[in-house]
Amino acid sequence: MKYVSRIAVGPVQFRIGSEWREPVAALDRLYAAYPRDDARPADATVRLFAARPWRRWLRPSVHIGGDFVVPDALPLPLSMGLLAAEMAMNLQVALGWRRHLLLHASAVARDGRALIMSGQSGSGKSTLAALLGEGAWRLMGDEFTLIDLAGGDALAFPRAVSLKNQAIAEVAARVDPARLGPLMTGTPKGDIRHLIPRADAIAAMHQPVRPALLLFPRFGGETAIEPMGEGEAFVRLTEASTNYVALGEAGFAALTRLVREVPAFGISYPDSAAGIALAEQLWAEATQ
Amino acid sequence: MSAADIFVDLLAGRREAATLAPRDWDGVIGVARAEAMLATLAHRLEDAALPPPVAALFADQRAAAKVATAQALWEAEMARRALAPEGIEFVLLKGAAYAAAGLSCSVGRQIGDLDILVLALDIRRAENALLNAGWEWVRSDPYDDHYYRAHMHELPPMIHKARDRMIDVHHTILPRTHRITPDALALVSDAVAVDGGHAVLCPADMTVHCAAHMLADGDLQGGLRNLWDFHCLTRDFAAADTGFWDRLDARADLHGLRAALRRAARLARDLYGSVLPSGWNGQDSGDRWYRRRLLARDDWGRVTHPLLEQAFYIRSHWLRMPPMMLAKHLWTKWRKRK
Amino acid sequence: MTDRAYRAAPRGALRIEPLGELTAIFDRRSMQTHLVVAPLPEMLALMGDGPCDAALLAKRLETAFDLDDVEDVRARVAERLAELAAMGLVAAA
Repeated sequence: MKYVSRIAVGPVQFRIGSEWREPVAALDRLYAAYPRDDARPADATVRLFAARPWRRWLRPSVHIGGDFVVPDALPLPLSMGLLAAEMAMNLQVALGWRRHLLLHASAVARDGRALIMSGQSGSGKSTLAALLGEGAWRLMGDEFTLIDLAGGDALAFPRAVSLKNQAIAEVAARVDPARLGPLMTGTPKGDIRHLIPRADAIAAMHQPVRPALLLFPRFGGETAIEPMGEGEAFVRLTEASTNYVALGEAGFAALTRLVREVPAFGISYPDSAAGIALAEQLWAEATQ
Repeated sequence: MSAADIFVDLLAGRREAATLAPRDWDGVIGVARAEAMLATLAHRLEDAALPPPVAALFADQRAAAKVATAQALWEAEMARRALAPEGIEFVLLKGAAYAAAGLSCSVGRQIGDLDILVLALDIRRAENALLNAGWEWVRSDPYDDHYYRAHMHELPPMIHKARDRMIDVHHTILPRTHRITPDALALVSDAVAVDGGHAVLCPADMTVHCAAHMLADGDLQGGLRNLWDFHCLTRDFAAADTGFWDRLDARADLHGLRAALRRAARLARDLYGSVLPSGWNGQDSGDRWYRRRLLARDDWGRVTHPLLEQAFYIRSHWLRMPPMMLAKHLWTKWRKRK
Repeated sequence: MTDRAYRAAPRGALRIEPLGELTAIFDRRSMQTHLVVAPLPEMLALMGDGPCDAALLAKRLETAFDLDDVEDVRARVAERLAELAAMGLVAAA
């Protein structure tokens, strides 16, 4: 591949190859402050490529590949190359990672303990984590949280936060503009802008923390808290995990332990301020 | 030296893992993944001196392969539970057979669909028994259905509706349209029993089928893995039975597959260092093309042969499992709006 | 229809973890997780090592849980046994 970069996010070393300069340059800018070890062999390989040679230049469209390829994935225009790179990195981790139980969940940490938030896109888990991560919390990740199979600790995957639509303005108002990536409008996921996590979140990304609270947020509607039983939390987290089945009994044991040890709640909230207040309130109760 | 060459050398034991530069591993791992052999390599190098990140990745792969092998064997067990009460005998083929028989090539080997062989006269009853036990047709296109039944050596693929895993029910080991027609009755009647109540092809038939599957049935896709199977099978069977190579020749003649067998043997010798008996050690100018096709990957795992360039598709059932669908969902959901 | 007899999974094959109102069962042979509710865990616990049909299991459930209307229990146990067999947790004896 013509342009290559190596990026480490949490425990995952990526090798990213691209036929265009732009996506790699944009990634290098977002991940400039991350620790780098160019000699370390990669855990996951990402490729951004043109389906036909001439499509490198003529209406260039970026196909996503690497260790794993999803056959029917549509390409993105080169102007959204950074989004293509982000999606490709997610895909390789989602399909390839086997060292930890991988949850499609955001997480933040305080006092050596973790708040884990799991939900579909649109649940606000990413925005809540980003906003909490600008306050007294350490951002662990907005998309994936890793659970250590033997010990049960949570590990961070603090990739650049993918802010979407309204969340962009909400977060941009509170952070140094130098921490924001380029605004990509009209992508298949709406408007997207990346946020570079705070330096303390990157510096602490290898520090495991004990899970203390599980939230299943739902954006919209009246403020509400529903305690969730172990069984339901278990079911929801198997659905939120991309590698639960592949891990066999180790995954079963880790997940059983997580839902038994950590209180879980479904929460509904009308806006971010209410969501944060709920999270803080439940955190105080869970960790007192 | 290409990453594919290094990969093959590592498997063959021609090269020490410790001699690789840290950056060589990306290419080797890329090729191994593309050939669905990363866990095989991880097992082969279990005791080798490796950079810590590679050692950790390989440990992950070995653990995951153990789970995957158990899942594949469970499909065989569920097929047995569906077919045995109806009195339908079947023989496990390929990956599931290697695992059920505990053969060395099965360690870390990826197993895709469950392949079983039944006698042609039992095929209708097998179909019914499987449909009653929760399998269903993958496609309902009457043309496809007709095509399979008329021309192929198997039923149209079926998938289990709860477990989301495919089964291919064969009644011989090459398509009916193929100019070679192996003796299916001999395959089934000479099958041998293994643990778990299963049957697998006898050693010579298993080896002939491995060669046929690689060279006579298909386009060499997954060829390095099939060739590794062949290398391990012949090595282990020959070690246990001094008459194995002669038996193998005779059996290949019975099925009309001697040319494929001999070519597989030469390729296994050239790539993995298989030790062949005298008389098998010739050269064939056509082998060069096969070797090139087998090793045509760059250090990003891409097929480099211009005529065969294609994306690496995960055809296996993994993509159809719920976690995979979730992963796809992470970034392809929007396509539905199209 | 006569009852089919089934056999429980061999000892050690299943890892059974109660999670509140649900019970998670990990099958070490299939690597599958099954989430079940009462009375399936109770049925599995009472199957014993030998062949067991719905009538026998219904009787054991009746004794263990003080149930009445055994005939109704037997019919429902037969259905649940077929479900357990489809999951692979029990096999035809």
